[in-house]
Amino acid sequence: MKTQKLLLTFLKDSVDKPIVYHLVKDFDLITNIYRARITAEEKGSLILDITGSEENIDKGIAFIKEQGVTVDDAQKSFRWDEAVCTSCGNCLTHCPVNALHIQDTATMKVIFDSELCIDCLGCIDNCPYGACQSIFQE
Amino acid sequence: MKTYTEINEKIASKKAVVLTAAEIIDYVDKKGLEKAAKEVDVVTTATFGPMCSSGCFINFGHSTPKIRITEAWIDDVLAYSGIAAVDLFMGATQLRHNDPANLDYPGEFRFGGGHVIEKLIAGKELQLFALSYGTDEYPRREIRTTFTIHDLNQAIMVNPRNCYQNYNVAVNRSNRPLYTYMGMLKPNMGNVSYSSAGQLSPLLNDPLYKTIGIGTSVWLAGARGHVYAEGTQHTSDVLRSINGVPEEGAGTLALTGDMKEMDAEFIRGVSLKGYGVSMAVGVGIPIPVLNEEILKYTTIRDRDIKAQIIDYSYDYPNKTGKTLGSVTYEALKSGKISLMGKERETSSMSSYEKALKIANLLKGEIEDGTFLLTEPFKKLPVNQKMKSLFVKDGRS
Repeated sequence: MKTQKLLLTFLKDSVDKPIVYHLVKDFDLITNIYRARITAEEKGSLILDITGSEENIDKGIAFIKEQGVTVDDAQKSFRWDEAVCTSCGNCLTHCPVNALHIQDTATMKVIFDSELCIDCLGCIDNCPYGACQSIFQE
Repeated sequence: MKTYTEINEKIASKKAVVLTAAEIIDYVDKKGLEKAAKEVDVVTTATFGPMCSSGCFINFGHSTPKIRITEAWIDDVLAYSGIAAVDLFMGATQLRHNDPANLDYPGEFRFGGGHVIEKLIAGKELQLFALSYGTDEYPRREIRTTFTIHDLNQAIMVNPRNCYQNYNVAVNRSNRPLYTYMGMLKPNMGNVSYSSAGQLSPLLNDPLYKTIGIGTSVWLAGARGHVYAEGTQHTSDVLRSINGVPEEGAGTLALTGDMKEMDAEFIRGVSLKGYGVSMAVGVGIPIPVLNEEILKYTTIRDRDIKAQIIDYSYDYPNKTGKTLGSVTYEALKSGKISLMGKERETSSMSSYEKALKIANLLKGEIEDGTFLLTEPFKKLPVNQKMKSLFVKDGRS
């Protein structure tokens, strides 16, 4: 069993396809949706974890692609720009999973662990410098 | 005992021994105060964080025909023009024209004076729009053009209040979120926000202003700047503890420097949701180790520096003077403090990481013999109280 986090991008002709239903039913994958959005331009985005055997995950991803849906590493939805970050740390109490955290108290450098990020976007409103960005930003 | 002249001679011959205010702590622990005071010449201190009381004067030179500017906007941010014909002052907290501010609460405050100043220093192109009523010798009534810092005669940063000696620790005891200059404060003390470089901070390493005074050379965002006056709201008659280190706001510095020499990494526009725009400033200040007493002040460490916890939902806006107790920077930097029987997460508005970088950059410049120290020609006031504004029309 492994878990993989994905960012799916649906274009106009694929927004009405029940992809997640098929991932569960046809490929025996456990899904955990973090965030989904459909825009007025009929473009959809979905971030989810899929958990299952490696074989089923590969088959599931192949199926998604066959539906004309783009599959990316989920971190393409959220971007922490290290060059813009000043390591002030104002984000720290707004990140519930410590994806943004302090490296050590000697340097107080802020670092980002994308594996832990759940795309809650709590950091975005609370970064004074605009170092946190997401495709889900309003 | 050393003099400024002796230390500067060592710096000029690249023989000065320089340590950061973080390094000096262990060094003195190991060597002892007496020996360390003989060996070490300079301790570098630094801070980086939002400092609202900042801005700059710029001069454009004259167009043909000439204009005497009476209203001006740079990238749509209002600049003060009530000075000479083509001189302007851009303030860090000036909001861009047409920004809805808090009409749609909490507002985003994406762009303002601090961002304009950051763009200028980064060498980017900005737009000037200016108006005038026109005079005989300045007939032009409108100007719209683009420029960069290289087109300006002068771009001089002038910050009336930087380097607050210490600062409040903010919490929110109400049951709704608060949007403040200390960031978003969660209801029911759901987070704790502080803002100081602690043991690296300039005035915490010279708590009684023995070496930092008017005329002191400072590293201002990479430029060679100096202290031109006591900072606004400089208040030295405050609650002090170990080594005379204040437990609250206290002293401040007014700084100036040439923006053409600055690095945009250390001057950053700040957007604070629901509050407004500001500017983060990076400052480094060298402390000459003139004697053991001055060295002793620089060995202050986070666990010995306290700050007052203030409720920003009531006590701060209503100026009650009430505090919820004090806490050390060591505890604040650990990420969690215990307050009113509960563990609460902490975060900072000031960047210790950037402060450390600045302290090391300044250390490098002094070691290389390129940054000499200046003896202040006037001391900062040591027993000054803060005045309040009394409203005389009968309303409180």
